[in-house]
Amino acid sequence: MDVTLHVWRQKSAADRGRFVRYEARNISPDMSFLEMFDVVNEGLIARGEDPIAFDHDCREGICGTCGMVINGVAHGPRRGTTVCQLHLRSFRDGDTITVEPWRARPFPVIKDLVVDRGAFDRIIQAGGFISVPTGSAPDANAIPIPKPDADLAMDAASCIGCGACVAACPNGAAMLFTAAKVSHLGLLPQGQPERRQRVRQMVVAMDREGFGSCTNYAECEAVCPKAISIRFIARMNRDYLKASLME
Amino acid sequence: MSRLFLFYRSSIGKKVVMAVTGLVLFGFVVVHMAGNLKVYQGAEKINAYGEFLRAMGSPVFSHGQVLWIARIVLLASVALHIMAAVQLILMNRRARPVGYTHQDPIQATYASRTMIWSGPVIALFVIYHLLHFTAGTVHPSFRAGDIYHNVIAGFRVWYVSAFYIVAMVGLGFHLYHGVWSLFQTLGINDVRVDRFFRRLAAVATVAVVAGNISIPVTVLLGLIS
Amino acid sequence: MELRASVPSGPVEQKWDNHRFEMKLVSPANKRKYTILVVGSGLAGASAAASLAELGYNVTCFCYQDSPRRAHSIAAQGGINAAKNYRNDGDSVFRLFYDTIKGGDYRAREANVYRLAQLSVNIIDQCVAQGVPFAREYGGLLDNRSFGGAQVSRTFYARGQTGQQLLLGAYSALSRQVGLGRVAMYPRHEMLDLVVIDGKTRGVVVRDMVTGQIESHAGDAVVLGTGGYSNVFYLSTNAKGCNATAIWRAYKRGAAMANPSFTQIHPTCIPVSGDHQSKLTLMSESLRNDGRIWVPQQKGDTRPPDRIPEAERDYYLERRYPAFGNLVPRDVASRAAKAVCDEGFGVGPGGLGVYLDLTDAIKRLGEQVIRERYGNLFEMYERITGENPYERPMRIYPAVHYTMGGLWVDYNLMSTIDGLYVIGEANFSDHGANRLGASALMQGLADGYFILPATIGDYLARTKQEKLDPSHSAFRRVEAEVTERTKRLLAIRGKRTVDSFHREFGRLMWEYCGMSRNVQGLQVALEKIPALRAEFWENVNVLGANEELNQSLEKAGRVADFFEFAELMCHDALERAESCGCHFREEYQTPDGEALRDDADFAHVAAWEFAGVDNPPILHKESLAFQYVSLTQRSYK
Ligand SMILES: Cc1cc2nc3c(=O)[nH]c(=O)nc-3n(C[C@H](O)[C@H](O)[C@H](O)COP(=O)(O)OP(=O)(O)OC[C@H]3O[C@@H](n4cnc5c(N)ncnc54)[C@H](O)[C@@H]3O)c2cc1C
Ligand code: HEM
Ligand code: HEM
Ligand code: SF4
Ligand code: F3S
Ligand code: FES
Repeated sequence: MDVTLHVWRQKSAADRGRFVRYEARNISPDMSFLEMFDVVNEGLIARGEDPIAFDHDCREGICGTCGMVINGVAHGPRRGTTVCQLHLRSFRDGDTITVEPWRARPFPVIKDLVVDRGAFDRIIQAGGFISVPTGSAPDANAIPIPKPDADLAMDAASCIGCGACVAACPNGAAMLFTAAKVSHLGLLPQGQPERRQRVRQMVVAMDREGFGSCTNYAECEAVCPKAISIRFIARMNRDYLKASLME
Repeated sequence: MSRLFLFYRSSIGKKVVMAVTGLVLFGFVVVHMAGNLKVYQGAEKINAYGEFLRAMGSPVFSHGQVLWIARIVLLASVALHIMAAVQLILMNRRARPVGYTHQDPIQATYASRTMIWSGPVIALFVIYHLLHFTAGTVHPSFRAGDIYHNVIAGFRVWYVSAFYIVAMVGLGFHLYHGVWSLFQTLGINDVRVDRFFRRLAAVATVAVVAGNISIPVTVLLGLIS
Repeated sequence: MELRASVPSGPVEQKWDNHRFEMKLVSPANKRKYTILVVGSGLAGASAAASLAELGYNVTCFCYQDSPRRAHSIAAQGGINAAKNYRNDGDSVFRLFYDTIKGGDYRAREANVYRLAQLSVNIIDQCVAQGVPFAREYGGLLDNRSFGGAQVSRTFYARGQTGQQLLLGAYSALSRQVGLGRVAMYPRHEMLDLVVIDGKTRGVVVRDMVTGQIESHAGDAVVLGTGGYSNVFYLSTNAKGCNATAIWRAYKRGAAMANPSFTQIHPTCIPVSGDHQSKLTLMSESLRNDGRIWVPQQKGDTRPPDRIPEAERDYYLERRYPAFGNLVPRDVASRAAKAVCDEGFGVGPGGLGVYLDLTDAIKRLGEQVIRERYGNLFEMYERITGENPYERPMRIYPAVHYTMGGLWVDYNLMSTIDGLYVIGEANFSDHGANRLGASALMQGLADGYFILPATIGDYLARTKQEKLDPSHSAFRRVEAEVTERTKRLLAIRGKRTVDSFHREFGRLMWEYCGMSRNVQGLQVALEKIPALRAEFWENVNVLGANEELNQSLEKAGRVADFFEFAELMCHDALERAESCGCHFREEYQTPDGEALRDDADFAHVAAWEFAGVDNPPILHKESLAFQYVSLTQRSYK
C-alpha cells in the first residue's frame, strides 16, 4: 500500500520546525508504524537527507519510549496500543497521515518527533517511591493484601510512563500519570506511612513542571495504551484533599 | 492559613475550590428554579415566596439579613469560582502553547470542551438578570415586590425571553459536565458511583433547564398572564 | 591474564555468609568520599545504584534511554523465581540451586548459583516492601506459578508485566536517591569507552546523545549493568537499543569475555512477516501447555490450516519426543522448529513458521477458559499479525532471546580488570549454557541489591588510590580515541545504511552461529564477517553531525562493535567442540539427534582475552568442579 505522510521536522529545540511531506510507497500492511518510518528513513538516507528522529526501544508496547501524535490522536487510531504496536493495516491505502510530536510545555521537542519527558522522572523523584533501604524488608507474606486491592494497585501500576496522557490532554495535564503512580503505592499497605506526604510532594512537583490542570475531559484515558482509568485521578484528588486539609 | 494558601496554590486546590463553589451555585440554581416554578401557582404565592425569602431567619435575624448572608455566600462563590477558573485557564494555556494541526476529541464531551464559554455566558446572563429582575433597571415596568408582574411583563418582550432561553442552554451545558465533574474533582467518584453521578448530572441539568425555560415559553405563548 | 574466581572456602551453604563477614568494610564517613559509576539502569544497574547510594556512596548512573525506567528489563513477562517454598511443594534453596545448575547443563559455577538461590528469598521481600504489586490469592498472600519446566511452583509474577513492575520498584528506589542528591542520573548518555589507569578501572567516557558532547567521568570503581547482546543477530526479542558496546569496550581494555557464544533461543515468538521486520516479539511459553505444534506433511502446502486434514499434519514434537511432546525444553523445541522449516515444511510468509494450535484445547476447555488463560497473548498476537488466533492456529518461530555469555567475573562480580564490576545479563555468571525461565530477573536483582553493594566495599576498603578528575591525561587520551572513531564513522559517507549492514550480518550469524552450529558454517562466518566489516568501514553512510541527536550515528557505533563481537562469538562456538545447553554443535549429537556433552574436555568456562586488533583472541579456561550436584545427561524421549 501507499500512504502520504506529513511529518513534523525540527532540527533542534531552537529550530522553529515545519511539516514535510513524504511518500511511503509499496509498504506492507503487516508493518508496524515504526517499521514504516524505518523504510522511509532508509530512503531518506539514500538520498542524503537527514532521517526522521523518533524515540523507540522495545517495540513491543511496554517500555513507553515511543510516542507520536498521528492524525491528532496520541499513539494513533487503535485503542490501548502504543505506536510501536500499531500496524499499517489500521490505515487505508492512499491515506494521508499527519505525524506530530507530543505537545506540552513540560515536554520540549529535542528533535523531530523526540521530546524530553524528564519531567515525569522528576515527579517520581519528588515522592513516587516507598522508602525501604535494601535489606530491611520483612517477609513478603508478613502483610497479606486483599486481592481486590492488589489488583487495583496493579491496574494503576501498569502505566508505562509514555506521556500520551499529557499529549492528548487539551490542558497538557499530567494528572493520569501522576494519579496512576500515587494510586499504585497508596493502595498498598506498604505505601501507607508516606501516603500523604507522597501525594503532596508529587502534586507540587507536577505543578512545578508546568503541567496543566484537569477539567476531567478524559481524553487521556482514551489514548492511554494501558487503558488507565481517570477514576485514579479522583482517587488522587481525594488523597490530596485529605493530605492537605487534615492531619 | 498557610496550609490553605498552599492548597489553593496547587492545581488540584484550585479545582477543589471550583468544585465546592460550583456545588453551592448548583444548589442555588436548583432551589431557585424550584422557586421560580411558583409562578404557575399565581401572583400571591410567588410574591409571598419572595417575601418569605426576605423574612427568613426571623426573629433571630432581622428582615432581609439571612437573604443577605445567602447573597454574600453566593457572591463569594461566584467570585472564587471565576477567579479559580481564570487562573486555571491561564495555567492550561501555558501548559499547551502549541496545538496539533487538528485534533478530534475522542471522549471529551461537547459540554466539557465548552466550559470556558458556557461559564461566561452564565456570568453575562446573571448580570443582565440582576439588572432585570432585582434592580429593575433594564425592566420595562419594574415593580418592586411584585415578582409575578415583573416576570410576566419581562418575558413578554420576545428577545429578552430568547436571551433567557439561550442562556439556559448554556447553563445546561455547564451543569451537564460540571455536576459530574465536581464529584470527580472532590474525589468522591469511583467505579461504583460513576454511573450514578453521570445520571445525576443529566437529570439535574434537564430539570433545571426545562424548569426555567418553561417560564418564558409559557409567558410568550400566553398561557400565564 | 589469570582467572581468579575467588570463591570462598567452606561448605557451599556457608560461603556467602562467611565471606560477608570476612570482607572489609568502608566506614560510613568514608563512603561519601567514594564515587561509583554505574552504567545501566535495568534491574541490575538500578538496584545497584540505589543500594550503593543508600549505603552512602556517591553514585553516578548512566543509561541510553530517556529515562532509567525504560531499560529492557521492563519487557520481561513471565516472572521471577524464588525459593520461598510458600506452596510447601518441596522447594528449597538447594532445589533451586540444583535446578539452575542442571538447567545450565553444568557450565556454571556452583558457589555463585548457590548464593543466587539463597538470595532469591530476600529479593521477593525487598520487592514487596517497595510496592511491587505481585499477583495475590484471595487470602491476600502471594500467588505462584510453575514456569519453564520446573516441578515446583516458585515463580512470582505480576500479570504479564513482571519485569516492568520489578524495574519500577528498582527505579523508584533509584529515583528516591536521585531526589536526595545521592545519585547523579544521566539518561540519554551512552558509554563509549572505559578508562583503565595502572590496571585499575578509573572511569568511563560517555557521549551525551542530545548534544554529542563527549564527556569523561572519573570514579573509584565502575559497574557495568548494560544487559545482553542478542541484537548481534539483528532480529531478537531485545529492545532496538540493546548493545554490546559497553562490554566490548571493556573487553578491549582487558576484561575477559566468557562463553560469548552461549545465546538462548526462545521457541515461541511471533514469526518474521517480511524484510521490514525490525524485531521479534516473544509470546509466553505457557501457550505450549495447551497448544499442539505441527506443520503440514506436504512441503509448501499453502492451504489454510483448517483445510489441512488431521492425517496430513505432522505433530513433529509429539512424534519425536513421545514422553515430553510439545513441552520439550526451549532449545529442543527451537531446533526442531528450525529443522522442519529448513526442510521446507514451514508455514506463513517465507516458510519460517510452525503452527501452534489451540483448537483442541478450545474444544476441550471452551473458549472462555482459553480466553481467561491466554486472552492477553491472543490479543497481542492479533495486534501484530492481524490474524485471530481463536479461529486460526498461531504461527510461531524461534528467536534469540537471552545471552548467557558476557564479561567474566569472579565470585565478587569483579571482572579481570580491578575495580570493574559486571552485573545482570552483562556478565556470564550464573546460567551456564542455558538459562531457566524466570531466573534472569532473579540474577539481576541479586547482583544489584545484595551482592555488589557488599563486595564493592571490600575492594574500596582494600584499595589505596588517589582521587582523579577527568582532566587526567588518560581520560583525555580515551576521549580523543572516541572522538576519532565518531569522526571516522561520519566521514565515510558511503552508499549503504547502517541497518542494511546490521541486517545482513545478523542473518549470517543466525545462519552459522544460531541455534545449531558446525565447523564449516562457523568457518564461513569467520571469513564473511571480517569482509563485511571491512565493507562497513568503507561503505556505510552515516549522515548528520556528532553535535546533535543523531540516531544513525548511535546505531553505527553499536553495529561496529557487534561486528567485532560476532567474530569472538564464532571463535568461541568453534572452540567448544561439544554440545551443551543452548550450544548445539551438529558434530556432537547422539544418534537420535540429542546434544552430546563432553564433560572431560569442556567442563570449563571459556574466557577470552583481547590480544590486539589483528591477533586472534587468547583463550583462558576456568575449570568447573561439581561437588554438590552430579553430572547427568539430559533426555526428553
Ligand atoms: C522479551 C523478554 C522477556 C523476558 N522474560 C523474562 C522473564 O519472564 N523472567 C526472567 O527472569 N527473565 C526474562 N527475560 C530476561 C531478562 O529480562 C533480562 O535478562 C534482564 O532483565 C536483564 O537485566 P539487566 O539489568 O542486566 O539489563 P537491561 O535491563 O537490559 O538494562 C541495560 C541497561 O544498560 C544501559 N546500557 C546499555 N548499554 C549502554 C551503554 N553503552 N551506555 C550506557 N548505558 C547502556 C541501558 O540503558 C539499560 O539501562 C526476558 C527478556 C526478554 C528480552
Ligand atoms: C450558576 C453558576 C455556575 C455554576 C452552577 C457552575 C458550576 C460549575 C461546576 C459544578 C463546575 C465543575 C467543577 C469541577 O470540575 O470540579 C464548573 C466548572 C467551571 N466553571 Fe462554573 N459554574 C457557574 C458559573 C460559572 C461562571 C460564571 C464561570 C465563568 C467564568 C464559570 C466557569 C467555569 C469553568 C471554566 C469551569 C471548568 C474549570 C475546569 O475544570 O478547569 N462557571 N462550574
Ligand atoms: C427563567 C429562569 C429564571 C427566572 C424566571 C428567574 C427569576 C428571578 C426573579 C424574579 C428574581 C428576583 C427575586 C426577588 O427579587 O426576590 C431572581 C433573582 C435572582 N436570580 Fe433568577 N431567575 C431565573 C433564572 C436564574 C438563573 C439561571 C440564575 C443563575 C445562574 C439566576 C440567578 C438569580 C440571582 C443571583 C438572583 C438574585 C437573588 C437575590 O439575591 O435577590 N436566576 N430571579
Ligand atoms: S497514564 Fe497511560 S498514557 Fe499516561 S504515561 Fe501512563 S501509560 Fe502513558
Ligand atoms: S484529558 Fe486532561 S483534563 Fe483531566 S481527565 Fe485527562 S487530564
Ligand atoms: S517502543 Fe517500547 S513501548 Fe513502543
